[in-house]
Amino acid sequence: MNMIFVLIGCSILLALIFLAAFFWAVKSGQNDDTYTPAVRILFDDEIKDETHD
Amino acid sequence: MTEKFYYDNKTVRNFAIATIVWGIIGMTVGLLIALQLIKPGMNLGSQYTTFGRIRPLHTNAVIFAFVGNAIFMGVYYSLQRLLKARMFSDVLSKIHFWGWQLIIISAVITLPLGFTSSHEYAELEWPIDIAITIIWVVFGVNMFGTIIKRREQHMYVAIWFYIATFVTVAVLHIVNSFQLPISAFKSYYLYAGVQDALVQWWYGHNAVAFFLTTPYLGMMYYFLPKMANRPVYSYKLSILHFWSLIFIYIWAGPHHLLYTSLPSWAQSLGVAFSIMLIAPSWGGMINGLLTLRGAWDKVREEATLKFMVVGLTAYGMATFEGPMLALKQINAIAHYTDWIVAHVHVGALGWNGFLTFGILYWLIPRIYRTELYSKKLAAFHFWIGTLGIIFYAVPLYFAGFTQGLMWKEFTEEGLLKYPNFLETLLQIIPMYMLRAAGGAMYLAGVLVMTYNLIKTVNQGKLLADEPAEAPALPVQYTPQGTDKKLHRLLERKPMVFMVLSLVVILIGGMIEMMPTFTIKSNIPTISTVKPYSPLELQGRDLYIREGCVNCHSQMIRPFRSETERYGEYSKAGEFVYDHPFLWGSKRTGPDLAREGGKYSNAWHFNHLLDPQTMSPGSIMPPYEWLINQQLDTTTTISKINAMRTLGVPYDLGYEHQANADLKEQAEAIAKDLKQGNVRVQSDREIIAIIAYIQRLGIDIRTK
Repeated sequence: MNMIFVLIGCSILLALIFLAAFFWAVKSGQNDDTYTPAVRILFDDEIKDETHD
Repeated sequence: MTEKFYYDNKTVRNFAIATIVWGIIGMTVGLLIALQLIKPGMNLGSQYTTFGRIRPLHTNAVIFAFVGNAIFMGVYYSLQRLLKARMFSDVLSKIHFWGWQLIIISAVITLPLGFTSSHEYAELEWPIDIAITIIWVVFGVNMFGTIIKRREQHMYVAIWFYIATFVTVAVLHIVNSFQLPISAFKSYYLYAGVQDALVQWWYGHNAVAFFLTTPYLGMMYYFLPKMANRPVYSYKLSILHFWSLIFIYIWAGPHHLLYTSLPSWAQSLGVAFSIMLIAPSWGGMINGLLTLRGAWDKVREEATLKFMVVGLTAYGMATFEGPMLALKQINAIAHYTDWIVAHVHVGALGWNGFLTFGILYWLIPRIYRTELYSKKLAAFHFWIGTLGIIFYAVPLYFAGFTQGLMWKEFTEEGLLKYPNFLETLLQIIPMYMLRAAGGAMYLAGVLVMTYNLIKTVNQGKLLADEPAEAPALPVQYTPQGTDKKLHRLLERKPMVFMVLSLVVILIGGMIEMMPTFTIKSNIPTISTVKPYSPLELQGRDLYIREGCVNCHSQMIRPFRSETERYGEYSKAGEFVYDHPFLWGSKRTGPDLAREGGKYSNAWHFNHLLDPQTMSPGSIMPPYEWLINQQLDTTTTISKINAMRTLGVPYDLGYEHQANADLKEQAEAIAKDLKQGNVRVQSDREIIAIIAYIQRLGIDIRTK
């Protein structure tokens, strides 16, 4: 059953990648504001006067 | 300083068309194989359209072609807008689109021809695996490139789901593709038996998680608020949802192998994590549904939102059912039955299908600057699609439950109540008919959608490059002094850093893993278990080519109901020479793990030629081409050599002796057949497959 240790290793590696990403997200302030991002995405719409016909 | 730029809508449109076209093809093949389960004659009398070969075509087409293209459509549309940037490179977008379509076309050609690795949901042979890797990397570079040049510092939760999808699928695909090629379209997995099974279901489970779930959750978090024009119920919950889901999901794979020869601690690990998965999954579903609070009047009016609501509900049902099925007691009944087929279709038809339709109805009119052609037709699609799902799933739940219990039922005297497998199958054929009707309704809905969208496209005009503007991100910091050193610079680029570290990890992982593939494993070997003879090896590859594993398992679980029916339960040590493993996941026909010696050669010959003569009412298709086709023995040498490389103990130089042994065994079988009044030349494929079947499970004899 060597394979299971390889797979556990792979899974832990993936988890570590995500953990690093999580730390980066927290450090860089991705999670500081938990309100405006939800609203912001609703306001990205087109520039009215410049649309191609 | 505000910058002007243009969103690329053309690639989004292209992926949308591909989604619809492949969706129709994949579902039509699905309907065809559903009909074959009622009338085997629906195989059109051809080996290229017979269940075993085109069932993988159906699964690959709906997962990687329909859902795959829909993912790219959704990602390319939402990523640009969330990051306020055009996709990183138009050239990469083009390569990504056409490369992915070429991969699908090569699957459509090779799978009916019988080129298959037999790993479920990863059947494509090694050259296509390499192509998938390349195109996936192209997608990744394009996505991370866009993230790097973004004009919005904050990355909305949808993007996190996309990143997790990319990273995990890359690792899964590579680990599950370690194969030793023996020719352009044939290879053997490096792992054997129980190890191969573990790799396959680690992959299979996580493919469901990171191909069918996370990208769709990302799309849900973008498109649902846009459709309802209100923010997601709780952004905080969405972040919690994301991180908890991706940390738990990876560990649940072994629940696909409960009661098999997998060590039980690994099984328990899989069960525990499966139960935990309810929390984040339902958190996500509730977050989506509550986004619509106070907007349910919109749901009444808009078919688009109806699709999203039913899609989310289906997600909730499937993710509740999944952990329940991972409980050993429930799994004991449900595994190998149509219950599982119903379960995956609630996810596929409800969650993936309905979300895709909702997004298509919302997105196509937008990029074509027009209104949807007909809201009525969209509403019709919604209702016939929902009815289709119900007519598909409910009969199959009933069928699975019925058959699972019939397999286990004993008489008062302690004998199997239904010793004849066929009896349990004939009981559920009416359910198969209802299922096919449900599938047909669902497909009819898709055709109506296609008409509606073509009409919509014709009345509008594609805005290929949509103008947008946003201020550039402020340059935050100019490195000075020691910060100019390479590593310091890299540290300031988290995305580049992440991609580079992934590459490093993968290289390291491969080097680390290689020795474990080549050294002898510590699976308890059984001295009586011997490698396959050359003829049996060839027969096994024919068994793989014909996709027998789609309907016949080779794994007897340690239940009295199974040992009474099939014989001694399967041991891990019996599969050490099985590259790949062929345990299967569904019993449309009986288990074959101990089939060897149960019937005569002549019985198998007649049964393969026309199953109905030996088992009246059987839904197995006839395999007459095995009698007409000559066995290709030119590959024997390379097959023996490859197996030896993988650790199967064939003597050095045996490959030159192999074809002589093969001929001798084939002639002996032909001679035996002749005594049973069957005349067939000894060089036919059917001889090899009979040799393989007669070998199954006889290495350990308990009775």
